[in-house]
Amino acid sequence: MTDLTRLTIAEAREKLGAKEITAVELTDAYLSAIDAANGALNAYVTVTPDKAREMAKASDARIAEGKAGALEGIPLGIKDLFGTRDVHTQACSHILDGFKPKYESTVTQNLWNDGAVMLGKLNMDEFAMGSSNETSYYGPVKNPWRAEGSNLDLVPGGSSGGSAAAVAAFLCAGATATDTGGSIRQPAAFTGTVGIKPTYGRCSRWGVVAFASSLDQAGPIARDVRDAAILLKSMASVDAKDTTSVDLPVPDYEKAVGQSIKGMKIGIPREYRVDGMPEEIEALWQQGIAWLKEAGAEIVDISLPHTKYALPAYYIVAPAEASSNLARYDGVRYGLRVDGKDIVDMYEKTRAAGFGKEVKRRIMIGTYVLSAGYYDAYYLQAQKVRTLIKRDFELAFDAGVDAILTPATPSSAFGIADEDLAADPVKMYLNDIFTVTVNMAGLPGIAVPAGLDHKGLPLGLQLIGKPFEEETLFKTAHVIEKAAGRFSPQKWW
Amino acid sequence: MSVDLATVKRVAHLARIAVSEEEAQRMMGELNGILGFVEQLGEVDVSGVEPMTSVMPMAMKERDDVVTDGSKADDVVANAPVSDRNFFLVPKVVE
Repeated sequence: MTDLTRLTIAEAREKLGAKEITAVELTDAYLSAIDAANGALNAYVTVTPDKAREMAKASDARIAEGKAGALEGIPLGIKDLFGTRDVHTQACSHILDGFKPKYESTVTQNLWNDGAVMLGKLNMDEFAMGSSNETSYYGPVKNPWRAEGSNLDLVPGGSSGGSAAAVAAFLCAGATATDTGGSIRQPAAFTGTVGIKPTYGRCSRWGVVAFASSLDQAGPIARDVRDAAILLKSMASVDAKDTTSVDLPVPDYEKAVGQSIKGMKIGIPREYRVDGMPEEIEALWQQGIAWLKEAGAEIVDISLPHTKYALPAYYIVAPAEASSNLARYDGVRYGLRVDGKDIVDMYEKTRAAGFGKEVKRRIMIGTYVLSAGYYDAYYLQAQKVRTLIKRDFELAFDAGVDAILTPATPSSAFGIADEDLAADPVKMYLNDIFTVTVNMAGLPGIAVPAGLDHKGLPLGLQLIGKPFEEETLFKTAHVIEKAAGRFSPQKWW
Repeated sequence: MSVDLATVKRVAHLARIAVSEEEAQRMMGELNGILGFVEQLGEVDVSGVEPMTSVMPMAMKERDDVVTDGSKADDVVANAPVSDRNFFLVPKVVE
């Protein structure tokens, strides 16, 4: 019998519909795969086998009655940032010790309403703060990819490292993820998977643990472009519970997959050619340009002059919002409490014990830039720069550009516990140099695998679109996918 | 701009995070590294530029002023580290 975990969502949907396989069989195949692999990869922080089987059984019943939903019987992994009723939800932080919410996030509820099955909760950087999944309280995730002829463990990227690793290693059919500065696209690029951050406001933030509210956006990580389109259709919605949820109908994204890009104008921003960028990233970019040209797109050089300021502006705006959002973790209403001699001492000891180093660092930066006397110099200046970054994109789109092609990351996956990166937080932050502009401008961005580097590790390209034009990204990414092929790691775990 | 040790300790207290002397020292170096990195924003000419308040232009949504939820006291305190008869318990704050 074929390995059911190798089926894409689209393939599984067909086989389930034709009753060639059952949802219970499919779910059991994934649960066995997780059982065998998770000790090595650490992608899941909690597996929910009983719930998964129960949901799969219900799916089989609905399929039998002819009432199957769009994701009926499809087993998914859920990033630990999404609130899931009565199930471990800790943003992979110790400060949410034992937290099991009494509510369900809108995004996950949408998935269950469409018949999806939950396999468990996925590892991530603590509070989504990180680019390597090494800041998780539950330890790092190992990338299922290794360099050719090497036993060195690599990071899967972050913050959605568990999501990307689980999808790449066939431990779920698809996964939810979130992206504040690149946390969907960078891990997708590091694992040879497809990840899309939709336009700000497309997926509800309700019930998702907040990091930086004006930047956070949920999206899927999937094995291919079609699966990403199928998942986003279910995740996205108009939600009265999130005031920033945008009141626009959700299109059928899958219809865009396979459409022609003839006559489309693709912008190539010169500012994304950065110093010290490896030759093979440049070569990959040129290859991507050639593929899109062959498919009939017109390539135009564009300028996004404020690109270099996106990352520094992000490291003011995101920590400022985080310091405010994370003020709620005080040992009173949920999670960890460490007793103290009075209430302030209790707060300080609880937060000292509950937050990891990177989270503390960002709360400190945020508190500092918002403190009296510094607000104008840092926060206000950064928000003005943000306006300019968004304007750069608007000018390009006004000039007729339909989408923008860039590399997804400045390198392929790096080693776990890399000493250079551990010694200098700013170096780690530079991982998001190509992705963070998109969050600052609220635009949709997709990372799609485009090739392997000289070490045999996956590299991705990024496409950036106009607000709410995710369909353009899906059809263009599909052209790249068709040309580049798909990439799977050699199993070593 | 850079921060000294006293500022690091003051900010840590504002953020309600207890720090040891050693941690404060380490944080000082890290924070100054990050502040040095963001310093380049100062060279951008922002005269006449409005600070961003909403990345997607939209009108604030309104909803009917009606009760849609409630009577879930047990749920509200379900995750509290210490609670008693649906109250959150904290150390004494009033003398």
